[in-house]
Amino acid sequence: MNNIRTQLLLCHGTSCMSNGAARVSEALEEALKEANLDKEVEIIHTGCMGICELGPIMVVYPDGVFYQQLKPEDAREIVQEHILKGRVVQRLFYKKPKTEELVAMMEDIDFFKLQRKIARRNCGIIDVNTIDDYIGADGFMALAKALTEMTPQEVIDEIKKSGLRGRGGAGFPTGLKWEFAAKASGTPKYILCNADEGDPGAFMDRSMLEGDSYSVLEAMMIGGYAIGASQGYIYVRAEYPLAIERLRIAIDEMKKHNLLGKNILGTGFDFDVEIRLGAGAFVCGEETALMHSIEGKRGEPRPRPPFPANKGLFDSPTVLNNVETLANVPYIILYGADNFASVGTEKSKGTKVFALAGNINNTGLIEVPIGITLGEIVYNIGEGFREIKNLRLFK
Amino acid sequence: MNETTIIKNGELTVEEKYQQLGDFIRENKEKSGYLIPILYKAQGLFGYLPSEVQRFIADEMNISVSEVFGVVTFYSYFKTQPVGRHTITICMGTACYVRGAKKILEALQEKLGVKMGETTEDLRFTLGEQRCFGSCGMAPVIMVDQDVHGRLTANKLDAILEKYK
Repeated sequence: MNNIRTQLLLCHGTSCMSNGAARVSEALEEALKEANLDKEVEIIHTGCMGICELGPIMVVYPDGVFYQQLKPEDAREIVQEHILKGRVVQRLFYKKPKTEELVAMMEDIDFFKLQRKIARRNCGIIDVNTIDDYIGADGFMALAKALTEMTPQEVIDEIKKSGLRGRGGAGFPTGLKWEFAAKASGTPKYILCNADEGDPGAFMDRSMLEGDSYSVLEAMMIGGYAIGASQGYIYVRAEYPLAIERLRIAIDEMKKHNLLGKNILGTGFDFDVEIRLGAGAFVCGEETALMHSIEGKRGEPRPRPPFPANKGLFDSPTVLNNVETLANVPYIILYGADNFASVGTEKSKGTKVFALAGNINNTGLIEVPIGITLGEIVYNIGEGFREIKNLRLFK
Repeated sequence: MNETTIIKNGELTVEEKYQQLGDFIRENKEKSGYLIPILYKAQGLFGYLPSEVQRFIADEMNISVSEVFGVVTFYSYFKTQPVGRHTITICMGTACYVRGAKKILEALQEKLGVKMGETTEDLRFTLGEQRCFGSCGMAPVIMVDQDVHGRLTANKLDAILEKYK
């Protein structure tokens, strides 16, 4: 039996990967073998931790020490000094942009401290290569609860009660959308995930799929149960190869564990999911265009009515939800609508993931309670502008 | 690697490519709306989608050639002209633009001796653009095939392009 005493969580999101995270990982493996620590120390590849500006990044557990801007050459020193001798490597610590003060622990860095993670609760924590970590983080417990303890209407009621609204931009109440489709007549029904994130400057959904595809897939199944659908499609833009790969891994893992297919968890519930790639058309992020694309047509939008909940994909009742919207669903079902609704404002419950990019010190992804001010995001979390200019554009 | 990857099929004859494409279409006959994955399969085998391949697909799927053509021309990922061995796509989205994408584009155009949308004479590179790959945390960004290269400055380009023969 392995006695793992330390885990090195190494971010393997697109940003860190293209800045050499894989080579850092190999160097760490070598350094651990050299120090005879490879049976006690484990390297875990996680999804995006959010602070993309400083990648490749790593967190050492159980300490909680945060290292940034890593190079393969740093691996040996980290292993010899920190892991073997318990002496942290200060030169790799986070440095506050204005004061240059060094911060050792991830939990003390403002960028992380001021966030509230619900949708991104597992990103940067779970291993992206196996299903085990997700299951260990209460994965599929929400699905099990829905299938064994709740009726489809009860699931819908819980989502309605939570106040969850679409995170794709339109903010339509998710529970209401599910209810429309549940009440619509006609079979089969479909549940779709919109992963065609095309807005310039937006990479929230990409990061979500790279770091925790499982939450999104579990949510689609819960939604499928609620509306009466046994087939889901995830429409992912082709410009997201790593997200596509991670989705594939997740789906394969789920199939191996009978969490997709027939008679899931022995409840008689069937569900299958298919990935469909976009092909470079921005407009396919729009709901009806996306459905036309899945149908193998030109991605041209159409007027509504009829609304997709009544007549959508292949002319059948269909629900389309954004990636981030879905990522909140397992949390709501497992921990309750009231828990979720305790965060946010009166009209807008929960959190929102924002992407910080451009002329700002800390670029990356953050998740904050709705209701936070723009100033807090830019100055406290983002730590201000890179170059002092007048703020002209915010989107 | 996924279905958008163009497989280097120097060894496959044209007949074998059509055979594989035909098999793929038949295997997936039951799947609704499967034209786009089929077009990706075809482009992966042939490198692009000339009209003969489009006609073949239309026949095998029992749909009109104009329908196939309509879909091919709608999506920027589908090419009707041969492309280089490697595709360089530069992001001209907002975040990258603000962080100097234009200078990167100018440098690439000068180095490769091509304009946007063109392929180098030796068929090594095709230069394209997109609006945002979602890697804004490391703007400005280019993609070469499926590799994302960020935090770019003009002087980093040579080393990057070297890797792609």
